[in-house]
Amino acid sequence: MLKVTNIHKTFNKGTVNEKQALRGVDLTLNEGDFVTIIGGNGAGKSTLLNSICGVFRVDRGSIVIDGTDVTRLPEHKRAKYLGRVFQDPMMGTAADMWIEENMSIAYRRGKSHGLKWAITNKERKIYKEMLSHLGLGLEYRLSTKVGLLSGGQRQALTLLMAVMQKPKLLLLDEHTAALDPKTASTVLELSDKFIREEGLTAMMITHNMKDAITHGNKLIMMHEGRIIYSAEGDEKKSLTVDDLLKKFADISGEEFANDRALLN
Amino acid sequence: MLSIFAPMPGAIAQGIIWGIMAMGVYITFRILDVADLTVDGTMATGGATLVVCVTGGMNVWLALIIAFIAGCLAGLITGIFHTKFGIPAILAGILTQFILYSVNLRIMSQKANLPLSVEKYDLMISLRNIPGAILTGAIFVVVIIAVMYWFFGTELGHSLRATGCNQNMARANGINTETNKIIGLVLSNGLVALAGALLSQYQGFADINMGRGAIVIGLAAVIIGEVLLSRIFKNFALKLLAAVIGGIIYYMVITLILQAGLDANDLKMLSALVVAVFLGVPYWKRKIAQRRTDKEAAQDA
Repeated sequence: MLKVTNIHKTFNKGTVNEKQALRGVDLTLNEGDFVTIIGGNGAGKSTLLNSICGVFRVDRGSIVIDGTDVTRLPEHKRAKYLGRVFQDPMMGTAADMWIEENMSIAYRRGKSHGLKWAITNKERKIYKEMLSHLGLGLEYRLSTKVGLLSGGQRQALTLLMAVMQKPKLLLLDEHTAALDPKTASTVLELSDKFIREEGLTAMMITHNMKDAITHGNKLIMMHEGRIIYSAEGDEKKSLTVDDLLKKFADISGEEFANDRALLN
Repeated sequence: MLSIFAPMPGAIAQGIIWGIMAMGVYITFRILDVADLTVDGTMATGGATLVVCVTGGMNVWLALIIAFIAGCLAGLITGIFHTKFGIPAILAGILTQFILYSVNLRIMSQKANLPLSVEKYDLMISLRNIPGAILTGAIFVVVIIAVMYWFFGTELGHSLRATGCNQNMARANGINTETNKIIGLVLSNGLVALAGALLSQYQGFADINMGRGAIVIGLAAVIIGEVLLSRIFKNFALKLLAAVIGGIIYYMVITLILQAGLDANDLKMLSALVVAVFLGVPYWKRKIAQRRTDKEAAQDA
């Protein structure tokens, strides 16, 4: 479903701020794989996801989604393959537009936007039905401005919008990090549910090592722009947070310097 | 006392025409979240195009359509400067505005002013018949609002709104934000040129300076409309109507101020200050709210 081959990305090349964010990343995901990604700040986790989305072009390497080489496609043309949820709950929805208007845009992800009426009554029914799965009561608030929702509600809506047109690949970039613990676990459960029920292929960045172990069937650890450790199947299931910390220290030669990950 | 109100019908007619222009500004300023300065030039482009076409013997409706298209082309140039040359929107608009000064003079055969006599030509709207002008203007407003209401309710219209509201979200959902910005600038400037074409008929001439400061008047109309009516006008069609009403109020106030004996040359300064203050209000509100939160936090600590 996804084949990332030897991608490199350097920001601000040739300046004092030069940052080698990715230094040769290879990753292959089969259909239905759910991989969790951990690593310290600046490890290249978000850069990897953004490379796949096409927020910028990679310097070297190739990205193939479901047999299509997207390495040189602009961001909006890759969107038809991808569902995305960002860390910032404000980023995935349009605040000045209604819930149903936001959904109508997501419902047409990857399709052309013509001069047909944007929302039909039939669609409204579909949206209501979908929203009811969130269990947040949003199905009664179709014509509420999204800007009036809480961060958790917006993130749940973004998640729904990312999966309502089944994506080839669902990308979750620390999508629960900005939420309070209770909301975060709700959104995480929903993500798990959608991925399971729809059989989605997904990638999830998280700072929470326990979440990284309990969710998904694969786990990768990144450090300084490389994948330094990966586990799947029984090996992943039997991992503990201590194992991961030790692995990190062994391979990178450093302590895992991240309070958020340790506190969790 | 009555004499103060004698020029009011004229102010209303003029306000309606500028209100149409303000709906064009609404597209860029409110929907796309871009301040487009092209409009200062586009207003005159619309006026000049119409006058040249009509005095050349063309039907006035056809001339109006050509003026609209001329405005669309001006918007296209700004859109290309902005998205394909990577020039910030405001600067892109200023560049096109500069281009249009030369273009407008060419359209008018290098004359700064071209007359258009309502006696010689069959015009839609003229200050010789102010009640008629108000009626015609109102019909234009209704038709334009209806068309815009339809357009911004379509899939394309929704994608334009999303582009203005949150580009990340738009791109993540497969919307080409660059194309959409161009479409928005094209439509906006087409509408402004249409207003310019109506204005040149109304006043009986086209002038190279007829659009100077148009963006300020357009913004003033949009903001006055919002400040006065945003609490009751929630629907998109009504929000557009609010911009038109803002234009009318703007011209009525200006007329009153002139009647009170203020120098007409000071008007531009006054308009700009009014716009600056109203744009400042939401910012100050946020600042005050922040200060209050800080204080509460300090007390809690």
